[in-house]
Amino acid sequence: MASASALDIHVRQVSKSYGAVAVLDRVDLHVQAGEFLTLLGPSGSGKTTLLMVLAGFTRPDSGSILFGSREVIRLAPQKRDLGMVFQNYALFPHMNVAGNIAFPLRLRKVNAADTARRVEAALEMVQLGGYGARGIHELSGGQRQRVALARALVFEPRIILMDEPLSALDKQLRELMQLELRRLHEKLGTTTIYVTHDQREALTMSDRIAVINKGTLAQLDTPRNIYARPNNRFVAEFIGESAFLNVTVSGGVCRYRDTVIQTGAAAPRDGRCQLMIRPEQVQIIGGAPSDGMNRFSGRIVSRVFQGDTLRIEIDLGGGDAITLRVPASAAGLGSVPADGGPITLGLSVADTTLLPDAR
Amino acid sequence: MDASTASPPLGDDHAAALRKDRLIERWLMLSLAAPALLLVAVCLLVPIAWLFYLSFYTDAGAATLINYQRLVEQPSYARIFWTTFKVSILTTGICAVLGYPLAYFMSQLSQRAANLCMILVLLPFWTSLLVRTYAWLVLLQRTGLVNSWGMQLGLWSEPLPLVNNLTGTLIGMVHIMLPFIVLPLYGSMRTIDRTLVQAAANLGASPVQSFWRVFLPLSLPGLTAGALVVFILCLGFYVTPEVLGGGRVIMVSSRIATDIDTFLNWGSASALGAVLLLSTLILLGIASRLTKGLSVTGVGH
Repeated sequence: MASASALDIHVRQVSKSYGAVAVLDRVDLHVQAGEFLTLLGPSGSGKTTLLMVLAGFTRPDSGSILFGSREVIRLAPQKRDLGMVFQNYALFPHMNVAGNIAFPLRLRKVNAADTARRVEAALEMVQLGGYGARGIHELSGGQRQRVALARALVFEPRIILMDEPLSALDKQLRELMQLELRRLHEKLGTTTIYVTHDQREALTMSDRIAVINKGTLAQLDTPRNIYARPNNRFVAEFIGESAFLNVTVSGGVCRYRDTVIQTGAAAPRDGRCQLMIRPEQVQIIGGAPSDGMNRFSGRIVSRVFQGDTLRIEIDLGGGDAITLRVPASAAGLGSVPADGGPITLGLSVADTTLLPDAR
Repeated sequence: MDASTASPPLGDDHAAALRKDRLIERWLMLSLAAPALLLVAVCLLVPIAWLFYLSFYTDAGAATLINYQRLVEQPSYARIFWTTFKVSILTTGICAVLGYPLAYFMSQLSQRAANLCMILVLLPFWTSLLVRTYAWLVLLQRTGLVNSWGMQLGLWSEPLPLVNNLTGTLIGMVHIMLPFIVLPLYGSMRTIDRTLVQAAANLGASPVQSFWRVFLPLSLPGLTAGALVVFILCLGFYVTPEVLGGGRVIMVSSRIATDIDTFLNWGSASALGAVLLLSTLILLGIASRLTKGLSVTGVGH
């Protein structure tokens, strides 16, 4: 999807600390040209700081940042030629919509006729054609968001940064805008870095996700791999819901208590490991033996109706628990035994994922 | 009531009672403002009306326009009004030029440091205006501290005429008025979202450009509010021009005082006051019209 002019970004060993607190700890990150990359992490993880370092508003302590082949770590923000969408949009209240969008063009000495044409084209692109004369205070939250986007795109920057741009919108509008941003990105092919703490948003929009935790990069991969094959327990817990069982590996064979667990990938080194179980990956199976399934037996502790699914807690004994999700259809609901009753669950070998023990 | 027949009869009596509650609440609220309103009425509106009345009558009690006629005919009065407006405009301008950078500096500090600065700005209010004015007289006179130090350091050889003239008046007035413009300016600058300046930089504006195109326009409401306060206070100022002007800077208020003290001419003094009030109101009207026009073109940008 990369357009010819898209730039890649190399972040190398970037550190930033405030006093004794290291907000960014030697971060390495390579963003490919034309990629939509999301920085995902809990609040305080350093994801916004990293974005501010890229934008030039925060001066890092050390490291190197390349846009294409150009070193920018000491470059002033106004010389970086980045489009940025701020969390609160940061639209200029003393200018109307057209004035806001024309602002970067005026600074670049684009002539009046071209400016008017490009402003209108940018408004069309975000589906706000004809809104140029409106004042900022007349717009709804969603419209402001679109104006902020148009302003960030109008001067055709080769890199776009977005700092939780949808967090102020309500759920429905947010989901609509997610798809729209994605569509725009596919059309323009500009390298985009997007910050969010919303895992579903990250999974929906990104080509790749960089999970940030405590100022370091926890994992960088595609949404599918991040979800299915997390590197460590932090990533597994932060994205999606999961239960963990302590297992041991010896001689290449993995065991939970005394039961042998078959794994899709080769078993890791001998020692203690954790087995990750996602609620939607386990299913209720009868007593009959089934191929390609790891089996777990326990008792139902509780069930909660959540609209589309039924969430069931299962106690495996010894303090271990698994959560199971069953679709809230007649067949699905009918398959669940009564509370306190015994139940046998199956996890397909292909979905069986082991994580290193340490967090 | 048609509605009561259509809907169940429940609650109509409550509606009346609730309406009454609302009314009582509103009057209670209003009664909080009553003492202040009364004070303004008695101490401001009544005397002003009395003033207007006096200006149209002679001491003997006959209706006359002589007081206003004199204002027009004698050139000294035109000169006094000219001096009053000149001193006020100059003071306001100098205050704006000195106060803006100070307010900007304070707005960029942390809340703690800014509060400390604010205390320093307000420090002069802790001493009386008269004391501060006489202090300037001591400092600025021919043998005062400023002149003797300046000459000892070899900055100038003859004593500079720093007091008993326009310069002295302006120094004193700017000193007294500065906090009045810094306060509203600082307030409006604090409310400017810092991400707006960041956004301007991100879109390619140099610090100078983002100041002129984003920060300054957004701080204009504070600047006009502060400038108006200073300007209006200056128009009626008496002590400082009297002490530091040395009789050479005669403003309307000084003339009113001499009219009453020396000549016991209430009619003439009242006419002066009335004209000053009117011309101030007219000027304010023009100023608000102009700033409104400014903000409209600002939006059109």
